[in-house]
Amino acid sequence: MTALETRAPVEAPAAAPAARGRVRRAALFLARRPGLVLSILFLAAVLLAAFFPSLFTARDPLVGVPADKLQAPSAEHLFGTDQTGRDLFARVIHGANLSLRATVIAVAVALVVGSLVGLLAGYVGGWLDDVAMRLVDVLLAIPQLLLTLAIVTVLGFGTTKVAIAVGLSTVANFARLMRAEVLRVRTAVYVEAARATGARWYSILRRHVLPNALGPIGAYAALDFGLAILAVSTLSFLGFGAEPPTPEWGSLVSTGRDYLATAWWLTTLPGLTVAATVLATNRVSRALGGGGEEHR
Amino acid sequence: MTLLYLGRRLAQAVFVLWAAFTLGYGVLYLLPSDPVEIMLAGGTSGESSATPEQVAALKAEFGLDQPLPVQYAKALWSAAHGDFGHSVQTGASVSDSILEALPETLKLTGLAFVFSLAFGLLVAFGGTYPRWPAVRQAVLAIPPLAVSLPTFWVGLMLVQVVSFQWRLLPAIGNEGFESLVLPSLTLAIPIGALIGQVLARSILTALEEPYVETARAKGAGRARIHLRHVLRNASIPAMTVAAAWAGQLLAGSVVVETVYSRSGIGRLVVDAVGTQDIPLVQGLVVLSAVAFVSVNLLVDLLYPLVDPRVTTSRAGVAA
Repeated sequence: MTALETRAPVEAPAAAPAARGRVRRAALFLARRPGLVLSILFLAAVLLAAFFPSLFTARDPLVGVPADKLQAPSAEHLFGTDQTGRDLFARVIHGANLSLRATVIAVAVALVVGSLVGLLAGYVGGWLDDVAMRLVDVLLAIPQLLLTLAIVTVLGFGTTKVAIAVGLSTVANFARLMRAEVLRVRTAVYVEAARATGARWYSILRRHVLPNALGPIGAYAALDFGLAILAVSTLSFLGFGAEPPTPEWGSLVSTGRDYLATAWWLTTLPGLTVAATVLATNRVSRALGGGGEEHR
Repeated sequence: MTLLYLGRRLAQAVFVLWAAFTLGYGVLYLLPSDPVEIMLAGGTSGESSATPEQVAALKAEFGLDQPLPVQYAKALWSAAHGDFGHSVQTGASVSDSILEALPETLKLTGLAFVFSLAFGLLVAFGGTYPRWPAVRQAVLAIPPLAVSLPTFWVGLMLVQVVSFQWRLLPAIGNEGFESLVLPSLTLAIPIGALIGQVLARSILTALEEPYVETARAKGAGRARIHLRHVLRNASIPAMTVAAAWAGQLLAGSVVVETVYSRSGIGRLVVDAVGTQDIPLVQGLVVLSAVAFVSVNLLVDLLYPLVDPRVTTSRAGVAA
């Protein structure tokens, strides 16, 4: 008891400056990067909108007031109203959920399938590696959008299927990166040591190879988020995503297209939301990925 | 030796084409879903109202009642002769539909390529040449911004401002050169940004090379070093990714042709996917592989013109 009390005053002054120093350093880091701060705040708002849309708007995204149709943005309707008098701001806010969910599915599919293929190809090697890598080469020869569309042809339409297709079409990039990482890690001394101690191949893979190869894959996955948002919204714009009454960013732009000459806000504002989200995501993922590209 | 090299490259190209065909075939025909059901449903979700006889007739027409290896071999044999079957929706031959749509898309992508090259060169030059770091940084910040913008949205914004507010250029359609300008510009923005990014990076690498110092020591001016020595060397790494740009242009035409209601390959793709017209989609996938492979071959042939070392080393081996 006394020992604790005598130690406490000694430790407290030492700990406080250290903590304050860390906070100060973080604040300085962010203060030099106003773009990054803005991006983080914006993404936080988008995430909040996706989970708790009622925080931002009390209006129903599906029910319109016909008398208020096609009104320009005002204090009453921040983003204006659409052709049936629905509040566009409410539709964009409620659309965040579907757009973000599709993005997460796409990245997750690409990450899981691509990593598995790359892991097996790199670790097993031999003919499996040859076949997998030739397949990856061919996949990379077909433009991603066309590949996604070909998969959508077979899977069918709808946001989830589009998200899976977007994910599958980027599998090749992940597989190639994962294989390269596994080839690097596989020859490491700790893997050799694990093998020497008699560990089984799958536990070596799970305990040693996978965790050490995952870093660059994670950084790439972070960068892939921005691309996935773009791809999903493009597919929705082309009409293969969400069904009409459901709000989704890409399809909002697509329906607004019919009123391009008279109601600019119907295309401009949802599209601007997509662009801002992609920009913010790219900025944050570049900061997370760190390295040489960070301070650009 | 050169002939041997060319032969090897051609063999590689044929391999990629075969693999792309097989991959497309695998995805489109062999996945658990039943292609006949998909085609009869014709893009409308829900049960098709086709009778068993109709299903059997369609299966016989596509040879789907035969064993799998036979089906595949037949399809490959026909495809090698340029026959990808018939569109389920229109009944027209797939090759004819593609050849009919191709000229419009070639015009669009051709002009877009010129625009994106100009945009890319401007970005690469503006991001590396000016003496003021602030200017260079500002220019180099353009590409990450440009690739973050959704192409469909950029297109619609251009229509809104240039066509509707300024009334300068037509908003939609295929009529004349004026209708080509906005779509090509839209398509050129993301691709020009990519070109600029790659070029700027390789210019910065090339500026560190000893020959730059030699040229400077000999009294060459900044502009001369940049344009004559550095740019030429820096364009070599950029050329290696040119095939990817060709693919991007083709894929971009899908979005741009939809935005501007133009006819062409991109429009054909959207319609084919929308009606789940599997033979047509298969033909279009192979077309994109053809574009990739031919641009790669073209780049291989162009290398010696840009980089004299490629020719001399090969001539040295041949001699």
